[in-house]
Amino acid sequence: MYETNYHRASSVADAAATFAKGAESKFLAGGQTLLPVMKQRLAAPSDVIDLSKLQELIGIEVSGDTVTIKAATPHYDVAQSDAVQKAIPALANLASMIGDPAVRYRGTIGGSLANNDPAADYPAAVLALGATVKTNTRSIAAEDFFKGLFTTALEDGEIITAVSFPVPAKAGYAKMRHPASRFALTGVFVAKTKSGDVRVAATGASQSGVMRVAPIEQALKANWAASALDSVTIPASGLLADIHGSADYRANLVKVMGQRAVTAAG
Amino acid sequence: MSTVKLTVNGKAVSVDVEDRTLLVHLLRENLNLTGTHVGCDTSQCGACVVHVDGRAVKSCTMLAGQAAGSNVTTIEGLAKGDELHPMQAAFRDNHGLQCGYCTPGMIMSAVDIVHRHGGKLDEETVRQELEGNICRCTGYHNIVKAVLDAAGRMKVAQAAE
Repeated sequence: MYETNYHRASSVADAAATFAKGAESKFLAGGQTLLPVMKQRLAAPSDVIDLSKLQELIGIEVSGDTVTIKAATPHYDVAQSDAVQKAIPALANLASMIGDPAVRYRGTIGGSLANNDPAADYPAAVLALGATVKTNTRSIAAEDFFKGLFTTALEDGEIITAVSFPVPAKAGYAKMRHPASRFALTGVFVAKTKSGDVRVAATGASQSGVMRVAPIEQALKANWAASALDSVTIPASGLLADIHGSADYRANLVKVMGQRAVTAAG
Repeated sequence: MSTVKLTVNGKAVSVDVEDRTLLVHLLRENLNLTGTHVGCDTSQCGACVVHVDGRAVKSCTMLAGQAAGSNVTTIEGLAKGDELHPMQAAFRDNHGLQCGYCTPGMIMSAVDIVHRHGGKLDEETVRQELEGNICRCTGYHNIVKAVLDAAGRMKVAQAAE
């Protein structure tokens, strides 16, 4: 790791001010991606500003039909939360499948979204549930947040403070895990909103990061059942292809994980 | 350089380290607590697992500064004097190690697993929960046996307290 300056922020405002002073600052939350990348010398921030201890960024609130998870809440706490398990069990289940237990104790929802790894789990839930990403300056709709591989709508120095999820009528998540990294080789989140709309998002599949899956949405709108996807074909164009799986393989995985997600949603 | 103050195995310590220092290096190189190992250095193998404020985390994926003010327990802090922690005793009795390199991390993760699951622990859960700890001797069979054995012993020990 190259040399860096560590700062522990005392508030969100302090974090933003400290960020602006550094030549090339980075925010640090759970560090489960940023620190490995820094160790490989693929990132060399002049300053890292630690957000993980800020009490104003930790916690889960359920009010009416909205679940709000503050940005520095670790995956373990989301997975264990009675409130999340009751309101959106698929979201608690997704959190329980990220990485391994030690990673889930440190990794945070805000960190995962700000990084926007094309194979991360949370982006699929945020996009499928139509969540809103709140920052220290504004609210960003899921549709407008994800901008491609490792790219988001966040401005330089902008801090995610919370994510608000509308409670769906039904939702499910299924993923084929890469056996070593535990990232999603492909993961699919399906949601039926309380107004009857169907939204489906896939992670680990597209070359442009998390994506909506229109053919599956149409089939499930007509008939909410795993069998409704039997005749659906997912086009392989634009999908990721690497040593772990071809684009055709991932296209098929989108369908199969979609079916498993619908089964899990009930 | 920064001064990092934290509690390690019940003892308050103050260490001057570069800001880029990882917690595992503070433990091994500044405090000479070499029971915590560096295996893969890519956050996958779990040889470096320690408890930070009661949670089993990978100390190679945490800056020393992030642990400032925290309570850290390493493998050296588990035994009470000459009396092994029930998890250590169970690993010895069940031969839950071969080369031993992964053992400190395995034991620290296993104690956390028992704390979280208590008496509801079964073989499948142990195997799943140990996914962040890799044994390159592939000695998982006896490791799982040891964790289940220790879960019973820790329940008895807790009941006795």
